[in-house]
Amino acid sequence: MNPIVTIAGREIRAGLRNRWVVAATGLLAVLALVLGFLGSAPAGEVDAGALTVSVVSLSSLSIYLLPLLALLLTYDALVGELEDGTLMLLLAYPVSRWQLITGKFIGHAAILAFATIVGFGLAGVAIAATGSVGDQGVRAFAALLISSVALGWVFIGVGYLISVLVRERSTAAGLAVVVWLLLVVLYDMALLATLTATGGENIIGQAVPALLLLNPADAYRLFNLSGLAEVASFSGLGAAGGDIALGWALVSLLGWLVVPLGLTWLIFRRREL
Amino acid sequence: MSENAIELQSVEKHYRGFTALGGVDLTIERGEMLALLGHNGAGKTTLMKILLGLTRVSAGRVRVLEQPPATSGAVALRAHIGFLPENVVFAGGMTGREILHMFARLKGQPRASADSLLERVGLAGAADGPVRTYSKGMRQRLGLAQALIGSPRLLLLDEPTTGLDPTLRQAFYAILADMQHEGTTILISSHVLTELETRTDRIAIMNRGKLAACNTLDGLYREAGLPVRVRVEVDGADTAARVAQGPECVLTHSDRRVELAIAPADKLATIRRLSQMEDHRIRDLQVFTPSLDAVYDHFGSVRSTSV
Repeated sequence: MNPIVTIAGREIRAGLRNRWVVAATGLLAVLALVLGFLGSAPAGEVDAGALTVSVVSLSSLSIYLLPLLALLLTYDALVGELEDGTLMLLLAYPVSRWQLITGKFIGHAAILAFATIVGFGLAGVAIAATGSVGDQGVRAFAALLISSVALGWVFIGVGYLISVLVRERSTAAGLAVVVWLLLVVLYDMALLATLTATGGENIIGQAVPALLLLNPADAYRLFNLSGLAEVASFSGLGAAGGDIALGWALVSLLGWLVVPLGLTWLIFRRREL
Repeated sequence: MSENAIELQSVEKHYRGFTALGGVDLTIERGEMLALLGHNGAGKTTLMKILLGLTRVSAGRVRVLEQPPATSGAVALRAHIGFLPENVVFAGGMTGREILHMFARLKGQPRASADSLLERVGLAGAADGPVRTYSKGMRQRLGLAQALIGSPRLLLLDEPTTGLDPTLRQAFYAILADMQHEGTTILISSHVLTELETRTDRIAIMNRGKLAACNTLDGLYREAGLPVRVRVEVDGADTAARVAQGPECVLTHSDRRVELAIAPADKLATIRRLSQMEDHRIRDLQVFTPSLDAVYDHFGSVRSTSV
């Protein structure tokens, strides 16, 4: 059998065994349900369907949570095995390094996709069963699922890059927290500050929408909140994202998926054990 | 086709500010069992990593089963190599059987072969428990089992018997003897000297990144030229003085006992000389050949300057 499949299976089995899959799926489902049923209460009776409201609140949640989960899953993917000594044995087998990374990615990607789709999906089904659902709502929710999976995958790649850059597991953990803060929290704050300071007037102010796209978390937000007319009007983000093509958000996410993984491979390929 | 499983020519490996290997020449024939001895940091593990293609050499030429090991094409080569790392570790949650099945898949071998290996190393009973509950000896046996998957043409074993009790050690070497019988080349690193004495064809001693010696056990003794000690028990001071008069170097000299140090080549001459003395004068005569430890100390000691 292909070594990629074997390595992927190894990661999936590890995720099942240490209850990671169950815990992540449960966490996402519970949070999605809570947001779906309680989160819409303050909004009162609104024009938008229940699912549409969920998309807005869920995407606001997963923009923080999914990167964190993905980084937790993968920050030590390589450095941890290096430290344990399992990497040396694995690479003494007829497995090339790109096969190892690809196999690990497929395994981790499957785990995270499962947790996201099942966790959010269960909540979505429950919400849809109890509230009004429009065609738009279903489409927006499907888009949310897909883009949430993509966001998770992006941060799997970022986690790998972290785990190939450092020499110790603890350093990787610290770096993962820093990267998460930078990409998910501080970047937005900096942009907001810029926008406030410039009033969106001069060159810097006008560059904000483009700068939003350079960050995977913001690309994800734009994709979900401005992608569909109904969501956009409800989220109030239509103005910021209006003139940005939905496609560019996807391009950004794709870029953020490919570049960290590519860098990981380039570094790992030359790494001496 | 050459008969060599491993060829190293002037192999050097430098890390930043540190020379792990400083020009190693070593050839291991197919089917040979070679022991690699050396103190910690002598370069044994570095050498194994180079043979596995995990680390590139700074200079020199390496051939493993006639192929350079550190190229992208060497992936297939590793299908023919079994490796047991020092302090082997397995992902904790898996059972021994699951781990071995996974490794068998990676080597393209059927599951059944993994199961029979579990039996061969005596782990069949414990195979379905998680490896985190395994003792050191069990982990080591699982490590050997994974190295044996697919009947490799070359076995690289890094300190494989640490933590094994004498019985397991015997079983371990019995398996290696079988493998060698089937034509497998075995490179085994160790710092347990005595157990290697009788089992390996040649012994290579590494010292600070260099090969201090590589020979058969007898050859090593000859090369080292360590003196043979002869202890002579005598009946009194008179005889003791006569014994001590010879050309040999006298180590200790008392009325009852004289100890001589003799170059290996002169051993017979000395014994002949002593045996010509009257029987009752000499009560006993003991010959101490240098132990492998002494030979190892001669070549491989950190403080040794003979390198």
